Formats: sequence, C-alpha cells, structure tokens
Amino acid sequence: MSDVADRVKKIVVEHLGVEEEKVTENASFIDDLGADSLDTVELVMAFEEEFGIEIPDDAAETIQTFGDAVKFIKEAS
Amino acid sequence: MFDLTGKCALVTGASGGIGGEIAKTLHAAGAVVGLSGTRVEPLEALAAELGDRAFVLPCNLSDADAVSGLVKQAVEAMGSVDILVNNAGITRDNLFMRMSDEEWQSVIDVNLTATFKLCKSALRGMMKARWGRIINISSVVGATGNPGQGNYAASKAGVIGMSKSLAYEVASRGITVNAVAPGFITTAMTDKLTDEQKSGILTQVPAGRMGDASEIAAAVLYLASPEAAYVTGSTLHVNGGMAMF
Repeated sequence: MSDVADRVKKIVVEHLGVEEEKVTENASFIDDLGADSLDTVELVMAFEEEFGIEIPDDAAETIQTFGDAVKFIKEAS
Repeated sequence: MFDLTGKCALVTGASGGIGGEIAKTLHAAGAVVGLSGTRVEPLEALAAELGDRAFVLPCNLSDADAVSGLVKQAVEAMGSVDILVNNAGITRDNLFMRMSDEEWQSVIDVNLTATFKLCKSALRGMMKARWGRIINISSVVGATGNPGQGNYAASKAGVIGMSKSLAYEVASRGITVNAVAPGFITTAMTDKLTDEQKSGILTQVPAGRMGDASEIAAAVLYLASPEAAYVTGSTLHVNGGMAMF
C-alpha cells in the first residue's frame, strides 16, 4: 500500500474511530464507516492539512469512499 | 463566572459604540481580542486603552476579498478564533418604493453575506478545537420590521435564520451559535435623532429609557462563556421590553 493510502487510512481510523480492516478501497465514509455529513467535511479538512493541498468544495463532494480520497489526493499532490 | 482566559475573540465593528463595548467586556473577562472595523483610528485608540491582549485588524466588510482574509489575519495575530462576534452592520434607510438595488445590496452584503463568510471561515478552527462560540448581532427590527428599513430588517432577520441553521449543524462539535437582538441603544447612530424622535421611540419601550451598549455586551459575554454551552440557536432580545418573544 502506498504511503498516501497509509496516511489517509490513519486519519480515517482516528477520526471515525473505526477498525483499520474496515477501511477498504470501496468503503463509503457515510454508508460503511458510520460518518455523518459533518464528519466528511472534517475528513476533507484533515486531508488538506496532512497533504498541504486545497480541496475545493465541488471536489470534496465527489470524495465518498476511501478509494476516492486516495485517488484525489494522489492526483492533487 | 464568565471567565474567558485563554480564549481569542474576533469582534467586527469594534470601532463603533456597541462593538467597542463588546470588545472591552470580553477583554475584561480575560479574552484576547481582535478588533476589526473600517476606521483604524478608533480601533487603535481602543487597543491602546485595553493594553495587552488586543490586536487591531482593519477590514472593510463590503470588500469581499478582505472579508475572506480577516479570519486568517486574526488567527495569525491571536493564534486562533474561539469566539466570533459579528457585530458590524450598516443602514441605508429608504422607503421601500424608493429603495435602490444598490441600497438593498450593500446592506445585505455587509450585514448578512459578510457574516456568513466570517462564520464559515472561523468554523474550521472551532471544529478542530471542538469548542467555539459564534454570536451574531441581529436587531429587534429583524423580528418586528420597521418602516424605511426593508433592507436592514431583511438582513437582520436573515442573520437569525442563518444562525439557527448553523447551530443545528455544529452543535455536536461543541460550537454554539446564537444571536443578540438589541433594541434602541444609545450610540453615535441614535445620538443623531432629535429629542422629539427619541421621545417618540421611548413611548414604545416599557423600560422607559434607551439601552446602554454595556447591556448588549453583557448578553454577548454570557453567550461567549463556557457557562452558556447548552444555549444554542437562540436569540437573546435586549430591548427594554419593546418587543417580547
């Protein structure tokens, strides 16, 4: 697993308090990991800080799964 | 009670009567204060009067770019924004039939849109800190309406609806959002009224007098305090009984 994916996973695990095994490629933050809509906003904020990137609001809305987040961040950074 | 030691508060419109009093009161409770306003001179005079823990952050809220930068500036100066007081406001009174689009828009821009933007940018730090206080200054007119103030009343009613909506969204993060709605308060704005106008107004105020800026500041202090953690989405009316809700 790439470094980006590890770092994203760490943030998700810490923020949502879920077990690491549950954070799979297609795991949806809201449907599978128990996040509410405000949690997803906070996750995006945490990704921005961790990777020093800016994720615009319209892009943030497309980040629904762990895989989406990793893909977006790899392309942005 | 009401100890704000270690908290950083950004107050807009701090060059005005009510805003200045709010800043002084929060400062006296131990907060670090960021004084924002358009007129630098009174801000600097106030900062000098307060001494330590006061920063001057000039900003013209009708300038959209300046608004987006203000919270960032405040964080750079103070370290965080734990308490945001959106107090700045303008009036452009006119009869509805004569009101220009510009008069309408400029009041909405400063009183409502700038408040929205400042709330939005201050929330990031508050969400992380799991603590925050937003106090938006509305007006009795936002609840009752007032002839000649269609734009102002709309903006102030808008502030209440916006505050309630935001209060729902962030309550679980330890952030409260409330409004304070002043009635007739003695300020430079009301000093311009004639004695006749003033006595006309006072017939509608059961308390029989105008309010003092310190009475608004006290309401803000309460809502900013740790003791008010369970109060959110409310509007505190400070109007001498002029309108009761």
